[in-house]
Amino acid sequence: MTGQIGARHPRLEDGPLLRGLGRFLDDIPAPGALHAAFVRSPHPNAAIERIDPSAALALPGVRAVVTLDDLRPHLARTRMPLGFRSSKLPPTVTASVLADGEVAFVGQAIAIVLAETRHLAEDGVAAVSIDYTTRPALVDCRDALLPNPPMVRADHPHAVVARFALGYGDTDAAFANAACVVHENLFQHRGGAHPIEPRGILARYDHAEENLSVWSSTQMPHELFYMACEVLGLDENRLKLATPEVGGGFGAKYAVYPEELAIIATARMLRREVKWVEDRREHFIGSIQERDQYWDVSLALDADGRIRGLRGSLIHDQGAYTMQDVNVAYNAGTAVAGPYLVPAFHLDIVAVQTNKTPVLTVRGAGYPQACFTMERLMDAAAARLGMDRAALRRHNLVPPEKMPYEKPLKARSGAPIWYDCGDYPACQDELLEAADWNGFAARQQVARAAGKYRGIGIAHGVKGTGRGPFESALVRVMPSGRVSVFTGAAVMGQGLATALAQVCADQLGVSPEKISVIAGDTRTITLGLGGFGSRQLVMAGSSVQLAAKAVAVKLRKMASHMIEADENDLVLTDGFVHVIGTPPAAGKTIGDIANVLRGSPGAGLPADIEPGSDAHVNFRSDQLAYANVCHIAEVEVDPETGGVDIIAYTAMQDSGVLINPLIVDGQVHGSIAHGIGNALFEWMGYDADGQPVTTNLADYLLAGATDVPRMRTLYRQTPSPLNPLGAKGVGEVSTVPVAAAIISAIEHALAPFGAHLAQAPISPAQILATLQAGGAAHGPA
Amino acid sequence: MSWGESRTITLTVNGTSYTREVEVRFHLADVLRHELGLTGTHLGCEHGVCGACTVLINGRSARSCLMLAVQADGAEITTIEGIADIDGPHAGGLHPLQEAFREFHGLQCGFCTPGMLTTLIELLRDNPAPTEEEVRIAISGNLCRCTGYQGIVDAALATAKNLREATAPA
Ligand code: FES
Ligand code: FES
Repeated sequence: MTGQIGARHPRLEDGPLLRGLGRFLDDIPAPGALHAAFVRSPHPNAAIERIDPSAALALPGVRAVVTLDDLRPHLARTRMPLGFRSSKLPPTVTASVLADGEVAFVGQAIAIVLAETRHLAEDGVAAVSIDYTTRPALVDCRDALLPNPPMVRADHPHAVVARFALGYGDTDAAFANAACVVHENLFQHRGGAHPIEPRGILARYDHAEENLSVWSSTQMPHELFYMACEVLGLDENRLKLATPEVGGGFGAKYAVYPEELAIIATARMLRREVKWVEDRREHFIGSIQERDQYWDVSLALDADGRIRGLRGSLIHDQGAYTMQDVNVAYNAGTAVAGPYLVPAFHLDIVAVQTNKTPVLTVRGAGYPQACFTMERLMDAAAARLGMDRAALRRHNLVPPEKMPYEKPLKARSGAPIWYDCGDYPACQDELLEAADWNGFAARQQVARAAGKYRGIGIAHGVKGTGRGPFESALVRVMPSGRVSVFTGAAVMGQGLATALAQVCADQLGVSPEKISVIAGDTRTITLGLGGFGSRQLVMAGSSVQLAAKAVAVKLRKMASHMIEADENDLVLTDGFVHVIGTPPAAGKTIGDIANVLRGSPGAGLPADIEPGSDAHVNFRSDQLAYANVCHIAEVEVDPETGGVDIIAYTAMQDSGVLINPLIVDGQVHGSIAHGIGNALFEWMGYDADGQPVTTNLADYLLAGATDVPRMRTLYRQTPSPLNPLGAKGVGEVSTVPVAAAIISAIEHALAPFGAHLAQAPISPAQILATLQAGGAAHGPA
Repeated sequence: MSWGESRTITLTVNGTSYTREVEVRFHLADVLRHELGLTGTHLGCEHGVCGACTVLINGRSARSCLMLAVQADGAEITTIEGIADIDGPHAGGLHPLQEAFREFHGLQCGFCTPGMLTTLIELLRDNPAPTEEEVRIAISGNLCRCTGYQGIVDAALATAKNLREATAPA
């Protein structure tokens, strides 16, 4: 059905989920499975002297305790491959499938207890006895740069994982003659990903065929498939991997974890079905996080507020192991200048190992930290120059006449950072109007008269989306008249199946309800990259559109033989191929045409017809499509308690052509809620010895329904020239400016006290401490 | 097969009576999910904060991860699988709140949804005309990482309004 693009179509996914019939990993029936529980390190840094499983093995229902030594004969390699294959990091930055003689963070998996129930397996975990020789931990990432820091681990005894500089232009000259220079020391931390469904994996061993069938709650099923084959030394034909419903990812499931490969290897070794479901405490200590960054940055401007240059340094906590690359630090560094014209730029980045859980991308992937850094500098500059904060920003935004605009930096893929399109100043103008920026002073006065401290903040963000190099789609019309879309993209709760169905329906003249999207199943499609980088609608959507278009051509060509009409006169409507201008039912159903195209034994096909009613496209793009956002937050702060109340929140986003604005709104709302957590709540704490101190959802807070205000969303839709849909990604983009906008608003509210805020997140206690210290807040609790 | 101390309990879940021997250490969600196969009730934390496991026990919302199954012996329980039948049958086979969740995009991954629906069913029973603030307070013990809550709040407010209009005297 044409007209699907831009339709607020209710989601196809919702029916079973609303009835409680969705099938998540832990819902897959596995009556014969052994249940796995991991023995995890209680120490941040220790050598393992001895593992004694005997007491555990003596417990009822415990069937096995598996260590790396047990798995070794069944593995082609014991160390995890680096997830980002073109990384220049040495192979020793990754972890082993299970601990190999030492542990480097609290939570590292050492052994697996397998038992008849999860309860029994956990009993077994408590009974496994391990002798350790503990070592001092490196906890604060800044300590890695001191002389003789503690060794994080013996098998990669280098404090620094990566040290590099990014930049262009002459920053010395830019700063030498600047009328205005502002400087900030910033602390940033974003915490964990925390999908409400934690991770999990089920591996089923089939004796007759010696095949493994695996289900994992992952954002990257194909990556897991290929990595499992590599590490286990498996014939690719012996493994099937599929994702069930995935209860959110947010980055936590954008990695192949040692636990996943350990479970698959164990199932193969024991020739048993094995299931592991992560619990929340394990998620806190075992799933990736975005933790501490320390930024020391300066911005130089002319007297009229024009930016001359930006320079500084960043220390980034990478955790004990690197799973893919230094993605977060790299993204943050390259994205600092964001939507602004910055003629000279230099940033020294050092990513260091610490005895903490590995760091990898959480929704936003370093871009929020970049945004916070830049926007804190912009606020400081506006204050110094006595300019309106919005006016200073507008003055420096990349103007539409400079689009497409290339920043002399490279994205992780090596492609240039090239802003494809967008009108940033127009976005700001519309947003200021909608949020009544100019009327704020009056609102503030009313609040002040009532004894309340009200502030407003603004922040701009730009996010690379639609990360390549490609995504797969196979579109097939079935004889029933239904359409199947197979893709290597990963469905993880965003509504991707509905959006892809809309794109497909638009080309094939059927309703989206007639389309089944089968995602993340390695049996149905051999290539796929999965869910990350706000890429799937852009990349898989483009593949689906091109494949569906090709299928429509096939159907019209075949129909031209069946109804003796010129194929150019044929159109697809309501499930029929028919002559334009005639009723659809006068033509042939797409099912009947597919039934002919599938062939029948011995029967002929017209000479110009290619068999089959399907098409397979791997749409390729090396360029990121850059989406932009601008947010305004209005808050009231209680100077007695440090409590922050978000009074109003207005968001403008340009994500190119929107396929389903209902779903887009949901993504934007969720992104903002995540950003509110990053501004005010989410802090994964460790004590000075390296013990995690926030390992439940009462100590570590996520934004709840009373913390999140009603949000107003606005869109501009500048079609991206980079893909046939004109789309840009959505899922992470609105996470980017939230902490910057809210903390700007808090600082603005507390301006009468001379407050200066230099960290995210910031708690009420830290706000109070700032006020008591007469202004500057910096550093964790 | 039972591996530890166990007891026989009877639960009425969504109108069906079940008698099972369960281990005394199993929480109610374990039994609902793994003994009765009602996997619509989800576990997001197992420490009483996320609310995904919320069910109705004798009409009141409760966290099935914080209650031992043996404590629920004799109780009437409603889980997400039974919501469509509340005050039903309904046209389309879904409770109006479920329909509104679809219409207002009150779910994305659907993992928090069982707890949101059960909690809001209770709210709408107790308070047929809640304000937005009251809806937010009602679900303040239910975490959602996907939606930012706005679609959920809108769905609840719209359902309350529709139900009021449907029952208002003509
Ligand atoms: S699982 Fe019961 S409250 Fe989270
Ligand atoms: S819809 Fe995913 S957690 Fe609420």
